[in-house]
Amino acid sequence: MTERLHIDQAFDKDLEKIREAILMMGGHVEHAIAQAADALEARDEDLARQVVEGDKRIDEIEEEIDQSVVSLLALRQPQAGDLRAVISVMKMASELERLGDLAKNMGKRVPVLATSVEIEGAGAAIRRQARQVAQMLRDALDSFAQLDMALATEAITRDVDVDHMTNALFREFITHMMEDPRKISPCLHYLFIAKNVERMGDHVTSLAEHVIYLASGSKVAARPKGSSTSSVHIAPEDTVRR
Amino acid sequence: MAATKWHDCAAILDALPDAAFLVGPDRRIAAANAAAQDLFAAPLTGAMALSYLRQPEAAAVLDRAFGWLQGHCARDVRLSAQIRRPGPTTDTILSFSVAPVFEDGQVGALLVVLSDTTLIEVAEQQRRDFVANVSHELRSPLTALAGFIETLQGPARDDAGARETFLSIMRREADRMSRLVADLLSLSRVESQERVRPRDRIAPADIVAATVAALAPQAGDASIDLRVEDGVQGAVVLGDRDQLVQVMHNLVENAMKYGGAGKTVRIALSREPGPPAMIRMAVHDQGEGIDPTHLPRLTERFYRVDGHRSREMGGTGLGLAIVKHIVNRHRGRLVITSDIGKGSCFAVVLPEAVGAGSAPAVT
Repeated sequence: MTERLHIDQAFDKDLEKIREAILMMGGHVEHAIAQAADALEARDEDLARQVVEGDKRIDEIEEEIDQSVVSLLALRQPQAGDLRAVISVMKMASELERLGDLAKNMGKRVPVLATSVEIEGAGAAIRRQARQVAQMLRDALDSFAQLDMALATEAITRDVDVDHMTNALFREFITHMMEDPRKISPCLHYLFIAKNVERMGDHVTSLAEHVIYLASGSKVAARPKGSSTSSVHIAPEDTVRR
Repeated sequence: MAATKWHDCAAILDALPDAAFLVGPDRRIAAANAAAQDLFAAPLTGAMALSYLRQPEAAAVLDRAFGWLQGHCARDVRLSAQIRRPGPTTDTILSFSVAPVFEDGQVGALLVVLSDTTLIEVAEQQRRDFVANVSHELRSPLTALAGFIETLQGPARDDAGARETFLSIMRREADRMSRLVADLLSLSRVESQERVRPRDRIAPADIVAATVAALAPQAGDASIDLRVEDGVQGAVVLGDRDQLVQVMHNLVENAMKYGGAGKTVRIALSREPGPPAMIRMAVHDQGEGIDPTHLPRLTERFYRVDGHRSREMGGTGLGLAIVKHIVNRHRGRLVITSDIGKGSCFAVVLPEAVGAGSAPAVT
């Protein structure tokens, strides 16, 4: 019995370390998303470079978490709830890593956009969309900190807003492209960015779902869907009226 | 033992004006004051300190501070950093500092104090945005004017026909600039009075009648039917007549612009189910409606759903901002609803004046 208790404590301590690492990684990702959106709006290449550089640290932390998880599984051989916790945490690290990559990708596109025709309002619109995702991520990470299922659920429901924003952006950029061929190249980059931010929303949703799984042991049934960019069609005659 | 000790600390923490919490040797939050719990919307106590200070700079500072918990450090060490928490429209900027708490010569805990410096940052950002927007709005008509002047001095010097066309365009651009300047002045006047409560007894029906009378010629030109439905005979609100007319004028003019020629603009006065008793002045148009994503931002200065179209129609981008400030001054609210394809409704809801006496006669 005493030995069992001893193992439990050691396991808890290890898991706690990994949870701290997840939160720290989350902090880096939050920072990267905010910085990338700022860099995009201000067309600030230096700031964008910092985002791209910063992604290395995020990848490092993920690597560290992976190693800790592997040694935790090997040494402590957790079962039931403990095993669930370890697996969830590992999956969360990979969601965060994807989020970091998407932020990095946004940063990578800034130099091209900084030198091409300015699309009025595009940077600000993307920043608003990214802000929505950043807020979801904030709630998802906060919910992980205290295993607050209500907060995690709230983060998930807000993904629909991100989807709606993406739909609106798709229409806007397509209209820009039809108006002026010089805008096609920057708008294509913006389209990718908008889609990437939408993907970020999906990763945050998965993150929040892991929190719910961690807290309750049950999977989330269905997630809300609001994206219709796969069926957006704008014909040239639609814009003639403008 | 530790529990009661932190309990005493909590009382002191609660007395602090800023958000503050104590981090124990286990790196978890041992006690947090109400301000901190409000700030993070969480109970905090028992949570890992890193949970809430996870931003890279903050985490780095905290990590160094964790080092103090191992043993000794100077009594007066302090570390500080700034963190940004994303919010719905603006981020919260927090300045935080960490200091060691000594007991028996050892570092027993860390005191983290956070203060919200968002307002300062936001004010600065708004000032920058505003200057940029105003310059942008003035620049385009100015560019047009300068271009036409150059043409009139050069190639089109002796072309009477072109002169006529150009002069009328220049007239339109100059009008646009004076409208913008007028709206800016009006906005600053409204803002400076926002805290002063209006006291005149006004009949909403009188406001609507004055607005309709002023806009009737314009409505006639575009064959727009202005229809008034007065469901609140004899109602009175406390208000500033000129300002309320401006509100109605802006809303009806927008409804006419975006509703389109040949359509109906319906102005309906009604009572909101109270208490408190409220009067609702709603302007319905039959336009194409507004996408819900735009609704929360419509009253921002220079916010436009379709910038190009709004400028074509002579909008300054300030109309609804002025409306919002006037409505705020009247302790009312602006309610915007919209059905895509069917039309929008802009409703001003004002508190009804209680007490005897009816509205002054319409003059």
